[in-house]
Amino acid sequence: MSQTEQTPIATDERVKEMSDFHKALIRPELGSICGVILVFVFFFLTARDSGMFSPAGVLNWSIVSAQFIIIAVGACLLMIAGEFDLSVGSMIGFSGMSIALLSVSFGWPVWLAIIVTFVLCMAIGGLNGWLVIKTGLPSFIVTLAFLFILRGLTIFAAIATTRKTIIGGVKDVAEGDWLAPIFGGKVLTGLFQWMGDHGWIETFTRGTREGQPVVDGIPMLMVWALILVIFGHWLLTKTKFGNWIFASGGDAQAARYVGVPVNRVKITMFMFTAFCACVFATAQVMEFGSAGADRGLLKEFEAIISVVIGGALLTGGYGSVIGAALGAIVFGVVQQGLFFAGVESSLFRVFLGVILLLAVILNTYIRRMITGEK
Amino acid sequence: MTEPLIEMKNVETTDEAIIQMKGIEKHFGSVIALSGVSLDVVPGECHCLLGDNGAGKSTFIKTMSGVHKPSAGEIYFEGKPMNFARPRDAISAGIATVYQDLAMIPLMSVTRNFFMGNEPTKKIAGISFFDHDHANEVTMKEMKEMGINLRSPDQAVGTLSGGERQTVAIARAVHFGAKVLILDEPTSALGVRQTANVLATVDRVRKHGIGVVFITHNVRHAMAVGDRYTVLDRGKTLGTAKRGEITPEELQNLMAGGQELATLEGSLGGTV
Repeated sequence: MSQTEQTPIATDERVKEMSDFHKALIRPELGSICGVILVFVFFFLTARDSGMFSPAGVLNWSIVSAQFIIIAVGACLLMIAGEFDLSVGSMIGFSGMSIALLSVSFGWPVWLAIIVTFVLCMAIGGLNGWLVIKTGLPSFIVTLAFLFILRGLTIFAAIATTRKTIIGGVKDVAEGDWLAPIFGGKVLTGLFQWMGDHGWIETFTRGTREGQPVVDGIPMLMVWALILVIFGHWLLTKTKFGNWIFASGGDAQAARYVGVPVNRVKITMFMFTAFCACVFATAQVMEFGSAGADRGLLKEFEAIISVVIGGALLTGGYGSVIGAALGAIVFGVVQQGLFFAGVESSLFRVFLGVILLLAVILNTYIRRMITGEK
Repeated sequence: MTEPLIEMKNVETTDEAIIQMKGIEKHFGSVIALSGVSLDVVPGECHCLLGDNGAGKSTFIKTMSGVHKPSAGEIYFEGKPMNFARPRDAISAGIATVYQDLAMIPLMSVTRNFFMGNEPTKKIAGISFFDHDHANEVTMKEMKEMGINLRSPDQAVGTLSGGERQTVAIARAVHFGAKVLILDEPTSALGVRQTANVLATVDRVRKHGIGVVFITHNVRHAMAVGDRYTVLDRGKTLGTAKRGEITPEELQNLMAGGQELATLEGSLGGTV
């Protein structure tokens, strides 16, 4: 035994040199990078003349993609930590309604309504996580319960207080508020006006907005998406906490044994998912100027699909925020692109099902490759 | 009970012991998992804890590593009474445990596993970052010392063999200053060559002055590295013997509770 210790270990002849292709294949983002390229090539060939790649067209699918990105970042980190949240869609409806009710019906200042809603949503997210940890039940069941509880409460609260399921007038009360523009405003408006003045981008030629550019700024929604992706990516790959997220999802018991506070990590991730849903809802309410009790329907699945297209494993412990963001872009571009290409929109769901299946098959194959299973 | 019992002495508490467990009892509701187990570990020794399935080995080491709180009994660590509320307390005191199947997370890289729960950080502009460069460097160095040749520190643990995973886990515990290393059946799922590697690692760790608690039900593995042997049966210590004071056959019989195995062994030709 002591002999083998001393001999310097040469390269193991049984370990094959890894090809670059193989190395690239085990990166979680690979599938979604290919997806993004494919989708853009496809629509560039089929829908180039439809205005999809004009500034207004780009803004159209970028906003939809940004919406998906915002909820996908939360779902991604939570999935890597080994849990699901099926209540994201209901949470969007709930938080939107909460902001509208507090500000319009109760007459609170909009900034206070937004802050209180964020606190409330994150508390519910925390409750979700706490229940999952304390009961030991799958998060699938616990959050499914909250999918119904929150949706029911949203409709009930709207009807009980205003006898309507859609509450408008948020735009009027948000006028002059300091916090509302952070969710509903636009940035770089000066730059776009300047580009319009120079004739570099399209401007209105008629009507009250004559001379103004068609695209007059970047919506804050997109800024939020960018910030959340950068934050999520940094948190996951560059921090201590990120390592705990991977560990909690990879094997919670093994992580506990080496002192990782798994419960705290999971509950925090549930709260972060709720935070993302709340950002989505607030931006939506500020943009539309109204809240509807049915907002956010099926968003939880769209978030999960984006994350899976992005290469994360449903079982946790593996994935990437960049991948999830790219998955969300594929999702958004295809949804809007089919419209531009004049394809029957019901086919979008067919596409969704097919791509989800392909992504899961690819991910399972990649997982086997990483762990060396046969 | 059986005859060989007499050959084992009762636990002598030595002053130099780093950890002493006295009369540990653990009840789960109406089930008595441990009813008075005593054991001590001296720095630099390998103390083998033997026992058949259900003898209470796992419960006992979980008490030692802070996972369970004992229902009765005392734990002294470096001469002072200790009361671990969480595994984290035991780890920071210097008691590290390597579990057979829960040592590593296969999907994570070797580096991420190695520093799991002990991530090194560096501050850039006031923000705390996981110091990947430092972590990779340390991992490569430690792995080389343990005789594992990594392709890269980013390599997933899933690509390592079972023995290598145990070795990484042991190297991790030693690197983070373990004074007592508890190994829960590290060899039970391994092949011959991998077992030899792990046993060599145990030997190396012991020479660093670390007290090793080696849990196994394989007498041959125990004989290969053990300095002292304690046998558990039905939640009780049958006694402790020093190396050379007991034969493998006697140990084997103690573990199995005596005669039944003797007859069985006859028919198997002494292969158990």
